Amino acid sequence: MAIDAETVRKVARLARIAEPEERLAPLAQELDAIMQWIEQLQEVDTDGVEPMTSVVARALPLRDDVVVDGGDPARVLANAPRTTDGFFIVPKVVE
Amino acid sequence: MTATDTKTIAGRTGPWEIVLGLEVHAQVSSQSKLFSSAKVGFGAGPNQQVSLVDAAMPGMLPVLNRYCVEQAVKTGLALKAQINLKSRFDRKNYFYPDLPQGYQISQFDQPIVGEGEVVVEHDNGETFTVRIERLHLEQDAGKMIHDLDPNATYLDLNRAGTALMEIVSKPDMRSSDEAVAYVKKLRAILIAVGSCDGDMEKGNLRADVNVSVCRPGAYEKFRETGSFKHLGTRCEIKNVNSNRYIQQAIEYEARRQIEILEDGGKIDQETRLFDPGKGETRSMRSKEEANDYRYFPDPDLLPLILDPAWVKELEAGLPELPDAKKARLQSQYGLSPYDAGVLIADAARASFFEQAAVGRDAKLVANWTINDLLGRLAKDGHDIADSPIPPADIAGLVKLIEAGTISSKIARQVFDHMWAGEGAPAAIVEKHGLVQVSDTGAIEAVIDRLIAANPGQAEAVKAKPQAIGWFVGQVMKEMAGKANPGSVNAILKAKLGVE
Repeated sequence: MAIDAETVRKVARLARIAEPEERLAPLAQELDAIMQWIEQLQEVDTDGVEPMTSVVARALPLRDDVVVDGGDPARVLANAPRTTDGFFIVPKVVE
Repeated sequence: MTATDTKTIAGRTGPWEIVLGLEVHAQVSSQSKLFSSAKVGFGAGPNQQVSLVDAAMPGMLPVLNRYCVEQAVKTGLALKAQINLKSRFDRKNYFYPDLPQGYQISQFDQPIVGEGEVVVEHDNGETFTVRIERLHLEQDAGKMIHDLDPNATYLDLNRAGTALMEIVSKPDMRSSDEAVAYVKKLRAILIAVGSCDGDMEKGNLRADVNVSVCRPGAYEKFRETGSFKHLGTRCEIKNVNSNRYIQQAIEYEARRQIEILEDGGKIDQETRLFDPGKGETRSMRSKEEANDYRYFPDPDLLPLILDPAWVKELEAGLPELPDAKKARLQSQYGLSPYDAGVLIADAARASFFEQAAVGRDAKLVANWTINDLLGRLAKDGHDIADSPIPPADIAGLVKLIEAGTISSKIARQVFDHMWAGEGAPAAIVEKHGLVQVSDTGAIEAVIDRLIAANPGQAEAVKAKPQAIGWFVGQVMKEMAGKANPGSVNAILKAKLGVE
């Protein structure tokens, strides 16, 4: 799979990463090299092999349905650039 | 409903049919959120119910709520669906202020529940089946408030991270009535299971409606082949949160699509919003660009593996579900499928009926509960939970009818007094002197007097027996409606010589 500058532009846009125009072509080359490496990995026959989801054999931890968190809006809002009356304030979203 | 009587819409160029599929979002009835221990609920101050996980602070890790998993499995079982013993959580990536993580944790290609089905009642008591495609668990988003400031949006994350079950149907509904009936039945199942409170006003149950239109015959080809190429292009109407709006949105959207097609245009597959004020749907251009969600397995969460023994245990612990209750109401009380269908639509209705029916004529209790009580409540948009009359008083009313103390006609008057909050029916009957007169002597005296006073009418009845109705009316009028109608008829017939 060949990655061109246009694809980089799209991916950057989707990830909200600002990339200057002159960086698009070099990035395309770098990403293309990574994709080639992944393609190489895909040559390995993995039929019948379960995907490894953890390096240690353990189950997904579950918790009980108990409220022991929240109730501290000041802490939640501490890093926000703008707040009013306990709300986050963000640039106008037009619906 | 069979395919032959599917509702069609007349267009300028011929008839059209609607095809509908629903994605219902049901909020799980948990105390805490899907992946955090912050409180779930409505009405708290802004950002009061937010953990650092919900606010997506760096380094915070999600931990799955066991209760939510349990509710998803129970709901899946109630939908007669495949329970997937292995499922997985994925990240659905998009940027929006109400989603602080920059992705929603959802389930993409390995949902916890697979295919199932729901049998749905029409208003006339007939049934149709809606196939379920899947049910998966996912996080809700926060809430944005747009009207507090013309230049900024206010953001409250209390709802962010709340557990939702998204229940996806196949495109098996063919009219807005069917879509609403499906939502009602689904709601009854969720409430019976206890996995969601079904409160649509609070947004705890809401639907995305997929609408497309096609020519007659195309849908049948789709069902035969399973190929969507036979169906029209669909539009998805997001977040419709009442049955009335679902109905309006579908009617409007189908008409809009037909207009475009008949003008020779084509439908763009897009997401639309329903505007209840205008009764219209409109394009949501702001999210158009964000359709590339780049799903991938959430590396913070291992696959969810269910123990088959636990699933069996949950299955054994399921309460009586609406379909089983409907069958039981029919067999135990001799109710019609229609009456049973009305009563199971809301668990509170069936419970009211069963309390009132103890030791009484169940058919009579059903009639009074459905036709009179529910009928009257529905006029004001209420349901049984708002009934001013308790089950014991409906039972009391039916008891008075059974005993012949009052006629069905008088019972209507008694019911009006009960509705007005005057208390128990027996006391009302006494207070207003509504006891039915079955004393044949008293009735005979009135009839004798009427026949003597109206010889012409009496002669007319001999020639034309239907004319007896005039006498029945006069006796009832004279006796203020309290005469036993059976006795009046029998005595009149004997006196006037009518068989």
